[in-house]
Order: sequence, then structure tokens, then C-alpha cells
Amino acid sequence: MNVTVTIRRRAVIADPHGATVARALADLGHSGVRSLRIDRTIHLDVDGDDPDTVREQVAAMCEQLLANPVLEDYEITVHS
Amino acid sequence: MTVAVVVFPGSNCEHDVVHALRLLGGEAELAWHRDTDLSGADAVVLPGGFAHGDALRTGAIARFSPVMESVRTMAEAGAPVLGICNGFQILCEAGLLPGALIANRDLAFICRMVDVEVTDMDTVLTAAATVGQRLRIPLNSYEGNWVDPDGGSRVVVQYVDDPNGSQGRAAAVANTTGNVVGIMPHPERATEDLLGSVDGRVLLEGFLASASRSIHV
Repeated sequence: MNVTVTIRRRAVIADPHGATVARALADLGHSGVRSLRIDRTIHLDVDGDDPDTVREQVAAMCEQLLANPVLEDYEITVHS
Repeated sequence: MTVAVVVFPGSNCEHDVVHALRLLGGEAELAWHRDTDLSGADAVVLPGGFAHGDALRTGAIARFSPVMESVRTMAEAGAPVLGICNGFQILCEAGLLPGALIANRDLAFICRMVDVEVTDMDTVLTAAATVGQRLRIPLNSYEGNWVDPDGGSRVVVQYVDDPNGSQGRAAAVANTTGNVVGIMPHPERATEDLLGSVDGRVLLEGFLASASRSIHV
């Protein structure tokens, strides 16, 4: 099954890449950008046909490796 | 007394560390990241570099290397464990040190001498230094910006200026018992006059002295 994981750095943690892109947009004349954060998206194709089981598997992957619990939260979307 | 210096795929400072430790009278041997038994060593160093190409996050994959179980056992037994640069990142990912390291505030790869100040001498790295002692040591990193959302961790060496946005100007951080330390600048590259500074010596001498007091685990 196709699964999308979005890894999102918590709002209290700085995002130097996002801040740099926001400054570039302002330099290019795009005013009014109040906030810009860059997330990481991971696409997986996982064996199985039960969405709940697949979601559980991917959650275990996030807890162990894909996300750093000190910095990040994750969101899993299982595509049917 | 022997210090194991762990080589991960992508490490690139291991020989510098071995050279510096031997120069200071220590015994140091390389260990491969697939080694599972470091029981012959009294202390361990995770050197700088780019383990596993920094894939996903710095240190994220290296923390699962087989050798890390032995590193954890040593850390929990009170043996001296030092992570330099990428080694610091690996120790944070492994949960042996608090916080995490993210990209430098201005996204610059910083490669220059920096001035740091020792703020806590009750650790295996700062044992031979004094509080307030200033040292000039090279910094060489892109992800050297330490963040600690929970706060309250032990910053044991601070940048005098703020080169990278690191919380509390942290250049080195210790665990609560002071036997596990991560430092972002490279003390091993400041050990001979030829290198422009010998200020890293006092840190590595303290580490070697701590290692010689350490019991086999």
C-alpha cells in the first residue's frame, strides 16, 4: 500500500532552511509571508492490504527511525 | 588504558583522534562500527565525519550500528564516552545526550577557529581544565546548532560568541553524570603548534586521565 509520512518539526524548534527561504521571498518582493516552515515528506510502498496494520507498521518506523522525538511530530496517510 | 575510536562508514576524523590521543601519551585503537565488543577499552570516542552520509538526519542511522550497544553499556557503567562533531550528533540521536543538532542558524558551513569557555569541569572532557578557561579550537560543521526543547541540560563548554545559534551557546554538553560528553569543535585538531593552537590538549588530557581511572566494563 502507498503511504505518505509527513515529518514536521515542532513550532518551538527553529527551522533555519524555512527562515532562509522566507527571507529570499521577501527579497523577491513577495511581502506578507508571516511564516514559512519546510517539512519532510517520505513516500513508502509497503506490503499488506489492511490499512490499520500498515499504519501501525509505519508508526513503528517513525518512532524508531523516521522522526526524531526530540524535534519532530509525524503524520501518516495510508492511500487506498 | 585503551581508548576505542569508532569508525562508521563516512567517519573522517578517526585518524586525527588516534594521533592526538597517542601524542598525549594515551593508547588508542580503531574499532569498526560492526564490532560488538568494546570490553577491552576503558573509554570510547565517536569521531567526526558524515556517518552514512548524514542520510535522514545526522547520526540517525549510525545510532543503530552494532557497536552502539557496547557504547551504551559503557556509558551506563560510567566509562568515559566522547562524541566529537558527528559523534556528538550520534550520541544525541542515541539518547545518550540530551537535545539534538540542527542546521546552523545562517545555513553556513562553519570552518574556522572559535573561542570557547569551559563552564563546568565536572566531566570526563573538562576534568583537567578550569571554569572560565578560554580555548581556541577549530569548528567544522553545518549541523552544529544544538537545541534542547526540555531545557535544563548541562552545557559544559560555551562559545564566547554565537557562531551557529546553538542554545545556551553550547559547544559541549554532558549527561547528568558527566561521563558522556559531546563537543562540536574539534579538540584533536588543536594539539600541535603546527595546527595553530594546542588548546585542545587540556580537554583530551582530561579525557585520558578520566579513562585511566575508569574500570573495565
